[in-house]
Amino acid sequence: MTAKPKLAVFKFASCDGCQLSLLSCEDELLTIAGAVEIAYFLEARTQQLEGPYDIGLVEGSITTAEDAERIHEIRRQCKFLVTIGACATAGGIQALKNWANVDDFIAQVYARPEYISTLATSTPISDHVAVDFELRGCPINKQQLLELIAAFLRGARPRTPSYAVCVECKRNLTVCVAVAQGIACLGPVTQAGCGAICPAFHRDCFGCYGPKEQPNLVSITTHYITQGSTPESLVRLTRSFNSNAPDFREASDALAAASDDHSQPGAAPCPPIEHSS
Amino acid sequence: MPANRTFIVTNLSRVEGEGALYVKLNGEQVEHIELNIFEPPRFFESFLRGREVREVPDITARICGICPVAYQMSSCHALEKALGINDQITPEIRRLRRLLYCGEWIESHALHMHLLHAPDFLGYESGVSMAADHREVVVRGLRLKKIGNDLLEILGGRAIHPINVTVGGFYKAPGRKKLKDLLPDLEWGLAASIEATRMAAAFDFPDFTMPYECVALRHPDEYPLNEGRIVSTSGLDIDAAEYEEHFQERQVPHSTALHSVLLPQETSYLVGPLARVNLCLAQLSPLARREADAYGIAWPSRNNFHSIVARGLEMIHAYEEAIEIVKDYQAELAVSRIPFELKPGEGSHATEAPRGLIWHRYRIGDDGLIADAKIVPPTSQNQGQIEDDLRHYVPQVASLDDAEATRRCEHLIRNYDPCISCSTHFIRVTWERT
Ligand code: SF4
Ligand code: SF4
Repeated sequence: MTAKPKLAVFKFASCDGCQLSLLSCEDELLTIAGAVEIAYFLEARTQQLEGPYDIGLVEGSITTAEDAERIHEIRRQCKFLVTIGACATAGGIQALKNWANVDDFIAQVYARPEYISTLATSTPISDHVAVDFELRGCPINKQQLLELIAAFLRGARPRTPSYAVCVECKRNLTVCVAVAQGIACLGPVTQAGCGAICPAFHRDCFGCYGPKEQPNLVSITTHYITQGSTPESLVRLTRSFNSNAPDFREASDALAAASDDHSQPGAAPCPPIEHSS
Repeated sequence: MPANRTFIVTNLSRVEGEGALYVKLNGEQVEHIELNIFEPPRFFESFLRGREVREVPDITARICGICPVAYQMSSCHALEKALGINDQITPEIRRLRRLLYCGEWIESHALHMHLLHAPDFLGYESGVSMAADHREVVVRGLRLKKIGNDLLEILGGRAIHPINVTVGGFYKAPGRKKLKDLLPDLEWGLAASIEATRMAAAFDFPDFTMPYECVALRHPDEYPLNEGRIVSTSGLDIDAAEYEEHFQERQVPHSTALHSVLLPQETSYLVGPLARVNLCLAQLSPLARREADAYGIAWPSRNNFHSIVARGLEMIHAYEEAIEIVKDYQAELAVSRIPFELKPGEGSHATEAPRGLIWHRYRIGDDGLIADAKIVPPTSQNQGQIEDDLRHYVPQVASLDDAEATRRCEHLIRNYDPCISCSTHFIRVTWERT
């Protein structure tokens, strides 16, 4: 019998949601554990086998000097390195601090800032080491995770979409919330994969899968402004879980500059109340 | 054993988040104990400033992938108070919120009991290796967990970071058929959670009791999930708005998580399943209540190793209540969301996360945006108590070799199902013996 490939799961600044997705493969977990050796996965087991690992899943973003070092060692240990989720792929929600003065943030939360060591930025794994594949989402989709592991075992590249959430809405026969209800929705510029759940629940897509291939943020945000959205509300919409993904970052910066010009505070239109059927 | 040794033994596993434990012993005397949470700080309270009310539950969910509903629910309730619409929440929305919370309790308790904690009692390093000898236990745990996730998906759109939760209620009420179709699974889950809890109640519990000051929500008519007054073993009985007059957070050098203390003596206290069962036994559902009396455990229990049983009782409760709500559910014509106008105000609220009391306060500024936010997660409230427990427990295990002593300490810490990501993921144990 040949040895089973070794799988390792690593964590940086994150909420644990993406690695929990692996434990949420309830029907498949024991099959996975039969096909690969779960060599390192602190959330699930105490046993810690030494590297090198055949496949390493990395959750979370780099926010401390120690973590910026640790990721290099992990890269050396892993033949195939995959980032899982918006934190590891784009910097995550914690990348909001990239626009702020981190000392102010520390002072807001901690009485003794001197005990806290953190970098001024939150950056994706690919800013630090070469990454072989990125799984999007906040959190990742467990079907995509299973596809990734299965593809790895058969030596193929995982199939994940590069088109927009809008395509999934059309497939689901979901009525477009942007057109029908005038809601500023990021679906047109967000990568598919979630099944377009938000519009199916009559609300905006807020971009948790990050920018799709070649999104046109200028066009979509200009359109929403003509429909009544304020630049401020669109800054907030583009600055959330993938705020540090270059396309969203640039668009949000342009909008922020525009909103400085005419500082009208305002909120995104609230979707109308649904009466359920 | 040589007299002077320093050990770096292991990483605490099967917990959520990153941390380390440092133990310094002089013979069998504990000189110093530190639970060091080195999870990088993520600054949510700062990110929330300048955000619009509707964005808050989407953001606070990301504090923790294991209990996003707890963060979403506490935010929504606190903001509804700030906006003055808390009285308008309809009984239907209220019940759906309890159902959503039942889903999270089921998912989280099933995972912790079966995959993370049972291996400690049965002598395995993980659920995966336990499956070789106890496959039916692991399979049962996974199915119990999955049904919790199914509930979350129907109500919340997805299990991790639901997207259907909003201030005022739900973007869309769940379809009646989808919920009713889940009934056979829920019925199976109720029976299986009783089996699981009986298994847990028969474990061999270390003889270890502490004089806990338990803190939980209590509500006259229901087991606490979303609402109630904050009460304690020694008679505290306050509204969530008074929380800061009785509890304070302290920063300690060795941790990025703040330690909560109970005033005026600045003492540690216990939140979580054991605290809730101890304080609210009478409100448990009929079957959970019957089971609680059948195990020969005297409630209130001062032995935190009984937490796994308390978790089981709460899972039975959650299944029983979920069945009741689903059977009654009539979706037709319900307004799923109370409309509101943005206006300045302040509101605070506590709910019961699977790991214990969670408290949020928000102030909305004149511009209708969040001016200030404060969030106290369950693990920072339990952190001081975990250290106190260890201080008393370590002498009991100090004569064991480092590997075994570490195993026992990890077991004790896992009683708390600590969610270290929340409080600001693995624990390294350093033993220093002189
Ligand atoms: S991407 Fe989202 S779900 Fe995944 S770890 Fe980060 S915050 Fe959690
Ligand atoms: S619709 Fe958008 S925000 Fe909603 S889950 Fe999908 S990618 Fe995320």
